Amino acid sequence: MEKEEDKMNEFKSIKASHFKSKIGVAITASCFLIAVLFLIWLLFSVFSQGINRINLEFLTNFPSYKPDKAGIFPAIVGSVYLMLLTLAFAIPIGVGAAIYLAEFAGNNIYTNFLRHLIQNLAGVPSIVFGLVGVAIFVRFFNLGRSLLAGSLTLAIMSLPTIIVVAEESLRVIPRQFREGSLAIGATKWETVRYHVLPYAMPDIITGIILALSRAIGETAPILFIGSIFAKTPPSSLLDGFLALPLTIFYWTRHPNPQFHELASATIIVLLMILLSMNGVAIAIRHRAQTRREW
Amino acid sequence: MIGKILRLERKEEKQKEEMKCYESDKIIVRNLNVYYGDNHTLIDINMDIPERKITALIGPSGCGKSTLLRCFNRMNDEIEGCRMEGQIIWRGENILDENIDVVELRRKIGMVFQRPNPFPKSIYENVAYGPKIHGIRDKKELDKIVERSLKAAALWEEVKDRLYESAMSLSGGQQQRLCIARALAIEPEVILMDEPASALDPIATAKIEDLIIELKKKYMVIIVTHNMQEAARISDYTGFMYLGRLIEFGETRQVFENPREELTEKYITGRFG
Repeated sequence: MEKEEDKMNEFKSIKASHFKSKIGVAITASCFLIAVLFLIWLLFSVFSQGINRINLEFLTNFPSYKPDKAGIFPAIVGSVYLMLLTLAFAIPIGVGAAIYLAEFAGNNIYTNFLRHLIQNLAGVPSIVFGLVGVAIFVRFFNLGRSLLAGSLTLAIMSLPTIIVVAEESLRVIPRQFREGSLAIGATKWETVRYHVLPYAMPDIITGIILALSRAIGETAPILFIGSIFAKTPPSSLLDGFLALPLTIFYWTRHPNPQFHELASATIIVLLMILLSMNGVAIAIRHRAQTRREW
Repeated sequence: MIGKILRLERKEEKQKEEMKCYESDKIIVRNLNVYYGDNHTLIDINMDIPERKITALIGPSGCGKSTLLRCFNRMNDEIEGCRMEGQIIWRGENILDENIDVVELRRKIGMVFQRPNPFPKSIYENVAYGPKIHGIRDKKELDKIVERSLKAAALWEEVKDRLYESAMSLSGGQQQRLCIARALAIEPEVILMDEPASALDPIATAKIEDLIIELKKKYMVIIVTHNMQEAARISDYTGFMYLGRLIEFGETRQVFENPREELTEKYITGRFG
């Protein structure tokens, strides 16, 4: 009698385990669904509002108070300029700093402290970088609310990410290549210059593109620097500028609901740019991984 | 009085003799101690490594033979937390001296590693890299150096038609000979080899061994190996190491056939290790 009860208990407990496992799967699956659903909802509402507004005129016109004539040409040009300038400032400094940290600084309390500091900087809210940019570049260096100040701010914001990614990419280059180079009397610099850096380059470029695509989608850092009143594309570094995320920000706050459609259309354009940048990054990484010989 | 003079003379003679061997191409190791962090990896190593001979360092894994090898070109500098104390005298200078320019030292003392480590570049670039960074820019001269080095490494015939293909497309044995060619291209005077054949198949190993014997004519070779047969086949002198100490050092024939130390005999007859 007792034995049978035991068996029953055992059976029950197995059944209970299976039941629990099913519940587990159900919970995690619904978490996944919730995440995906909201994303789809978001995309759907953006696309349904904005897709009709996208045409050649929208892409080539200047902003206007008349919604039917308004376009985002200066914002596209502004964003492209911002991107190029940010690259020009962030790559040399970021990669240079990473080379120093990975190859020359060594591993001690101070350099590790610095590393943690940089990693934490990568998580600082972008609005803080925006304020720092205003304080340093707009005011202190007296660059005004200009393209130069905006791109320097974005560069400063991207630096921590670029440094962290580039340092990691340099560190994973196998020791055997470094030793091979050093053993034939190359200096540390020659070893980095001719071996470590070239081998790490695809990973570094991927990291840079990802950091840049984040920077280019950000509104907060350039919120106080860019301006909706810059209705023509900048013709010099010290001109005011408009960028895609700023345009979205201004138009969504506009009382006329037609401008909300324009904002959605701008979001679509921005998303396309970001997706293609990430696509390029993935392509470079994939190419490097399949061609990698070690 | 006479005794004193005699003693003085003898002292002078001894000094002269010491000077003589300091001037020769021997590598003289005196009281060498190496530490990795808190680990005392090499303990009181003393040895005179003769020139133009092949010297093999044997011993069980972890006995410190690779560490010793990496002292000769200061490769241990690249390992964080590694400290070398004592003297390694070569041509009247202490290799371990702080003021020694390791870049210059490594031009004269080349190294071949355990795992073939060609650069992921073309075969040509692999060999030409050393001469290039040391200032040779002339393409014709580089061509000559590449050909000469590849021939010296017995690889020329196999790769002469595909010099511009990636070195990674070569077999393991070819890669290792390429690494030897790379080391020879800068015309070193000593070549250090860290188990150069351990990652290779028997045929490739035989080729490398023939090559090493060939190299002896021009270079001093110090080779680390865990393979005792290899040491017996190719080396003129053998050092047996155990737990960070150099247990025995002498002519290979003597070490293998008539070891002075019991430990050496045990190891060679395969009773441990």
